Amino acid sequence: MRTAISPLVVKQPRTLKDALRMLRDDGPLTPLAGCTDVYVGLNFGTLRDARFLNIWGLDDLRGIDVRGDVLRIGALTTHAEIVRSVLVRRRLPMLAAACREVGAVQIQNRGTLGGNIANGSPAGDSLPVLAAAEAFVELRSAEWTRTVPFGEFYTGYRKSVMRPDELITAVEIPRVEGAQWFRKVGTRAAQSISKVVMAAVRASRPRIALGSVAPTVVRARSTEEALAAGGAIEEAQRLLQDEISPIDDIRSTEAYRRFVAANLLMQFWTDTAPRGRARPGVNRRTR
Amino acid sequence: MSRSVGRNVVRKDGTAKAVGTARYVDDLTFPGMLHARTIRSTIPRGRIVRMHRRFDAAGFTIVDARDIPGRNLVSLIQEDQPCLAEGEVRHAAEPLLLLAHEDRERLLQAQVEVEYAPAPALLDARESTHVFKEIRIARGDLDTGFREADLVVEGEYRTGHQEHLYIEPNGMIAVPEHGGVTVYGSLQCPYYVHRALCVLLDLPEDKVRVVQAETGGGFGGKEEYPSIIAGHASLLALKSGRPVKLIYDRTEDMIATTKRHPSTVRHRTGVMRDGRLAAMEIDVLFDGGAYCTLSPVVLSRGCLHATGPYRCDHVRVSGRVVMTNTPPNGAFRGFGAPQTLFAADVHMERIAEQLGMDPVRLRELNALRPGDSTATGQVLGADAAALDVLRAAVSRSGFHRKRRAYRGTGRGIGLSLFFHGAGFTGSGEVKLKSRASLELTPDGVRILVASTDIGQGQRTVHAQIVAEALGLPFEAVEVAAADTSIVPDSGPTVASRTTMVVGGLLKRCAEEMKARLGALTPRAYLRRHGPLVITKQYEPPPGLVWDDDTYQGSAYGSYGWACDVIEVERDPVTAGTRSPRRWSCATARWPTAS
Ligand SMILES: Cc1cc2nc3c(=O)[nH]c(=O)nc-3n(C[C@H](O)[C@H](O)[C@H](O)COP(=O)(O)OP(=O)(O)OC[C@H]3O[C@@H](n4cnc5c(N)ncnc54)[C@H](O)[C@@H]3O)c2cc1C
Repeated sequence: MRTAISPLVVKQPRTLKDALRMLRDDGPLTPLAGCTDVYVGLNFGTLRDARFLNIWGLDDLRGIDVRGDVLRIGALTTHAEIVRSVLVRRRLPMLAAACREVGAVQIQNRGTLGGNIANGSPAGDSLPVLAAAEAFVELRSAEWTRTVPFGEFYTGYRKSVMRPDELITAVEIPRVEGAQWFRKVGTRAAQSISKVVMAAVRASRPRIALGSVAPTVVRARSTEEALAAGGAIEEAQRLLQDEISPIDDIRSTEAYRRFVAANLLMQFWTDTAPRGRARPGVNRRTR
Repeated sequence: MSRSVGRNVVRKDGTAKAVGTARYVDDLTFPGMLHARTIRSTIPRGRIVRMHRRFDAAGFTIVDARDIPGRNLVSLIQEDQPCLAEGEVRHAAEPLLLLAHEDRERLLQAQVEVEYAPAPALLDARESTHVFKEIRIARGDLDTGFREADLVVEGEYRTGHQEHLYIEPNGMIAVPEHGGVTVYGSLQCPYYVHRALCVLLDLPEDKVRVVQAETGGGFGGKEEYPSIIAGHASLLALKSGRPVKLIYDRTEDMIATTKRHPSTVRHRTGVMRDGRLAAMEIDVLFDGGAYCTLSPVVLSRGCLHATGPYRCDHVRVSGRVVMTNTPPNGAFRGFGAPQTLFAADVHMERIAEQLGMDPVRLRELNALRPGDSTATGQVLGADAAALDVLRAAVSRSGFHRKRRAYRGTGRGIGLSLFFHGAGFTGSGEVKLKSRASLELTPDGVRILVASTDIGQGQRTVHAQIVAEALGLPFEAVEVAAADTSIVPDSGPTVASRTTMVVGGLLKRCAEEMKARLGALTPRAYLRRHGPLVITKQYEPPPGLVWDDDTYQGSAYGSYGWACDVIEVERDPVTAGTRSPRRWSCATARWPTAS
């Protein structure tokens, strides 16, 4: 049953400065971006927060550009905008591939990259991409701006270093060398939360990140090292099993997640195997 | 003469739905209307110790079981389901208490805390000893059949819950008027709701009026549950003296309303080396959920389809539907048959495998043909088309070629052959005594039936039948709202009976009307003779005999036959499958709306 909305407070800042001041002076406030995560709680009557900060109108937090050699994506950029962006498709095709598989069109039009990160679900589809791309999260409060390496952003299940008076303002992604790869495995082709999701980069030092197999998105460092050292893929598959800690839950089982994770690694390795001329772009499979 | 049947006509509901003027129950509003909410159990089984109201009652109407003027039950087959739980809880999401308030927000904020003495819940149907209904179908002698058989093949097949997911969730509005109540709602069977309200509210038939609002899909999901929602809205309306709207959101609809019966079906089959079926022993178990609802009838259809469309001289089907502490299961398209047909045809595949035989050949050999008789001894007529649909599907899909080509690859192709009895089972139609009426209007005629258009096109199909029989243009046929104050009881809109049975009654009405009109136009007839309404009642086709006690005889007036073929690709990474291509060959009853 739905949550009653009349007792809820929603603050409407006009500028980013306004918003950050409200967070500092009038917190705690829960930011509202596309609301696609927040509304689920509202619909089920499980929403606990009662005071909100609507940041949807802060256009400063929108947009995609390249500064120097860094791709910068504003926190309020929607999944649909990312899918359509030529800059993203050229520089970070695995992110476009991930955003294309978030929910379906309605969710992609409304859901934001910042919301996906802040929500912190281990199943968030953009997160393995940001981990494998070694992105940085830009956080701002009324007093400071700081940049946190994505690999240090999460501290536990749905926990992060972000403080209650901070907002995510942007994500910055340095140039990624090598072939990018992404695949999501869910129950259906659309509107499904990942059972296992993997993003990877094939370079002299491969980078591999997985979602839905641990309390947070994880980088498979030992697996990466083994592959970088020229180890056999079968050995890498075995190492991967030690680096992930999947569980049984409503969406899948530990055993299935381990099976799929190992297979995804193999598929990544085969798909990106150097064959003559390196092929740019991302391998994308819909399923 | 203008043709209506077999021609593409403009749907009667098409324009209103396309331009958005069609009015669903949540679009309706009445002066002084209250909004309502249902407080439900959060445990599957136990006793209610106390309910604590954690809100200011000012402006609220609150109803519990003590407010029920008639009998606290949902009148259907068995009288076991209370409209509001009284002391005992038998499933999660069982309705306990009703609240209504003018302000929706106040309503959503109201907190009720329920104290329970929980009891261990029975959730596994296989462990249940509480049987709602048992059915046995026997033909020939099983022992003889198994003695003759060269091989015995066994298998167990299970299916789970399934949600209808009609686009429009359930909802009702009850309006107190004329010393009784009128309800408007999303529903399939106005007279089911009507009867349930008379019993619950202790009102005579003429004090209860049920009107179907435009309905956004049903698939069986709005067959019996709307009686509960209508009851709840009416109790609040009668207590408050004001119209009450009770609409479920998707979450509540999914949690609380009926699902398809989960099933466990076991097959033990004796087969000859050449593929002929010698004996079929079939055990059907359905999980009915906490209350009986329509389970006996669902089980009946399940058992009657349990052999699949195959012939065999020695058959025994033993069926059981039992109680568990889960929300009651109920009507769902196919009504028990999809579960048993699934088991039957997967089992045929297993038999083919064990015999090392082509699965098409196995089905061809055993498929029911005209002149064959079913497990209940029904002799099939010339329209028994199992072989036709099988052969059509096999050739259209290139089944054999692909089967060979895909062997040993990650691809496959499979088929299933099935049938479906149309209309109510056995003597159901005789007991229903459905009626339909046709009223002459100055410009044509008006159809008066309790059949509901739930998106399947009933208004259009009935109008086509009548227009065709009368030789009038399709546009000259109006269809009245399914409103129990003006339409006769045409039976429920279920069981693929609306076109065949009610459509048949309308055709008879139209034929008689045509004879009465003679050469006169409707306007001229009305001027000369006054109003004309023709009503017809169901009469069973000759030769249709059914015995409910022995489960022998003609189970259905006619059957539909179909064969589905599907190609699948296995993804080695996920072990999941994708089906790039499918084919369906079936006997159609209606070119555009079947
Ligand atoms: C039907 C459906 C399907 C979905 N499918 C997928 C899927 O396939 N894959 C997937 O990953 N997700 C999926 N989601 C989840 C959701 O759509 C995504 O996580 C989305 O990116 C969230 O963005 P949002 O802007 O809507 O976040 P919101 O709901 O507005 O916010 C989510 C959380 O993040 C916080 N927040 C938002 N923006 C900021 C910010 N800039 N700074 C600080 N905190 C912030 C909010 O306070 C809130 O706690 C699905 C959701 C639905 C309803």
